[in-house]
Amino acid sequence: MERLLTAHVREPNCFTLDFYLRHEGYDGLKKALAMPADQVVEAVKASGLRGRGGAGFPTGMKWQFVDKKSPHPRYIACNADESEPGTFKDHLLMERNPHLLIEGCAIACYAIGAKVAYIYIRGEFFHVQHVLEEAIAEAYKAGFLGRNVLGSGFDCNVYVHRGAGAYEAGEETALLESLEGKRAQPRNKPPFPAVIGLYNCPTAVNNVETLSNVPLILRNGPEWFAALGPEKNGGPKLYCVSGHVKRPGVYEASMNITLRELIEGHAGGARDGHTIKAVIPGGSSVPILMPDQLDTQASFDGVQRAGSLLGSAGIIVVDDSTCMVWLAENLLHFYRHESCGKCTPCREGTDWLHKILRRIERGEGQMRDLDLLTSISGQIGGKTLCAFGDAAITPVLTTLKHFRHEYEAHIREGRCTHVADWRARQPVAAH
Amino acid sequence: MSFHPKMAYDATFHKSARTLAEPGTPFVYAPENRARLDDIVKRYPADRKRSAVLPALYLVQHQQGYITASAMQHVAGILGITAADVEDVVSYYTMFYTRPVGTFVLSVCRTLSCALNGAERVTEEMCEKLSIRPGQTDASGTFTLLEVECLGACDRAPVVMVNDAWQENLQPGAVGKMLDDLRTRGEAALSGCHHVIERAR
Repeated sequence: MERLLTAHVREPNCFTLDFYLRHEGYDGLKKALAMPADQVVEAVKASGLRGRGGAGFPTGMKWQFVDKKSPHPRYIACNADESEPGTFKDHLLMERNPHLLIEGCAIACYAIGAKVAYIYIRGEFFHVQHVLEEAIAEAYKAGFLGRNVLGSGFDCNVYVHRGAGAYEAGEETALLESLEGKRAQPRNKPPFPAVIGLYNCPTAVNNVETLSNVPLILRNGPEWFAALGPEKNGGPKLYCVSGHVKRPGVYEASMNITLRELIEGHAGGARDGHTIKAVIPGGSSVPILMPDQLDTQASFDGVQRAGSLLGSAGIIVVDDSTCMVWLAENLLHFYRHESCGKCTPCREGTDWLHKILRRIERGEGQMRDLDLLTSISGQIGGKTLCAFGDAAITPVLTTLKHFRHEYEAHIREGRCTHVADWRARQPVAAH
Repeated sequence: MSFHPKMAYDATFHKSARTLAEPGTPFVYAPENRARLDDIVKRYPADRKRSAVLPALYLVQHQQGYITASAMQHVAGILGITAADVEDVVSYYTMFYTRPVGTFVLSVCRTLSCALNGAERVTEEMCEKLSIRPGQTDASGTFTLLEVECLGACDRAPVVMVNDAWQENLQPGAVGKMLDDLRTRGEAALSGCHHVIERAR
């Protein structure tokens, strides 16, 4: 498949309005403005576009759920808080193709009857924020944003809102809380944001890559978009491959592609002298796939059939130099740090899990710790307001499932027997 | 109930790394920062000024390097919320500092993809070269070392953020040179983001 989202990202000044306009820029918005708003929603529904943030929920349906009868204004919140470990696609899109996102925001606003879109960008993407803000200023100047967009009578404002370092802000209701100037902690659902969202108004929260696909649908039609991939997995997809591969990076493909083509083809496969030990296909929050599962189709449904999730398409490859107890400890350090603290099982449980994993990794664990890990995980999973809890226990349960022998070896030997030149010389978690 | 013999619930169990902000000297925004904030506040509905609390705090940090209790009170007054509301936010987000930091804040990504590519060794090198531990500032007040979670540039691991700028593919052996270059040339010494091909190298 030819690259659609990232076709020009390696060309100089591809982020400017001039460049974008030479490549069908804002044609999608023009087409949308010539249609009734409902038809825009219908087109996105017909395209089968599924949310690229992680859940894969149909975007058109999300927009349709936005409460049109509400007397309150409506909002678009673009989730640019890309924080899932192993994910860096929105980073590329916003930095090199910002007008695509801005066009997507404008079309989304028109479709749901909103006048304002906030792009919530993570605080660490400071350099990206500048690119985005300059692009927005260009769009205002050219009449693609602001009052009476292109003479259609439609008003649209897009603002960038900078976060300040919180993984949880990527959860849609936590993002709205953060936008409201509070701690990024999730709300109880229902009600969903489509009914009560930002400032208690109906809101659609969409990922950067999702909104960036919308102009393509408007330009080329929903049938064209759906036909790009397998059934119910249409459109182009960005894959982030990182970890122990020769050419880590963002690769665009249709969802017909397999994990093997992505990892061994695009990303060059394992480092010389090493073999792939495991693959995490969708950011750190999803179950591990084993090397014999690499022929899995890298679509939402394909990866799910294989027992994992495509999530944010952050594919992390680990090779035979990796200790899987260390891997679980590393990821639980992440989840312990990022737990927002609102739900007790998650706040306390991630800390316990990390402490137990650390002592096993150090060689101070006992066999009964393995049951303890399972038992604590069972007390977190499904018992929290948001999906964070389920995400946090996944690295523990999945490594226990596939690599229990490594845990047992740590306990038996009283130490970690893995040696790798990329690990700290001091014992892990010495600080 | 004792959860486990090795996990006694003593006073150190829930020790938080976070500490209360110092009062500091009375804080007022410099006129240009106040003007920027007033501009930002207009992006939100008139009765939702609180939404501007993150940008407001970034401006405080931009002006005086870290956030003091008196700055929180000042921000609270402008946005029509309580100082406790502001502190609630400051204490939650990791990018706000309530203590003075060095000229360069080195944030080493420690999460999986960076760790698989040597981030632990980068941190070790930095600790050794600067004689500090993560979370500390070196004796000269030039460098503060932090370990942070995934920065979203896993294809260029290991990644280090220096203040708001980026250094990608930092190999452990190159840490000493980077620190020296930062001392002499500042943030211009950094690789920046590899997507920016327009930047003269």
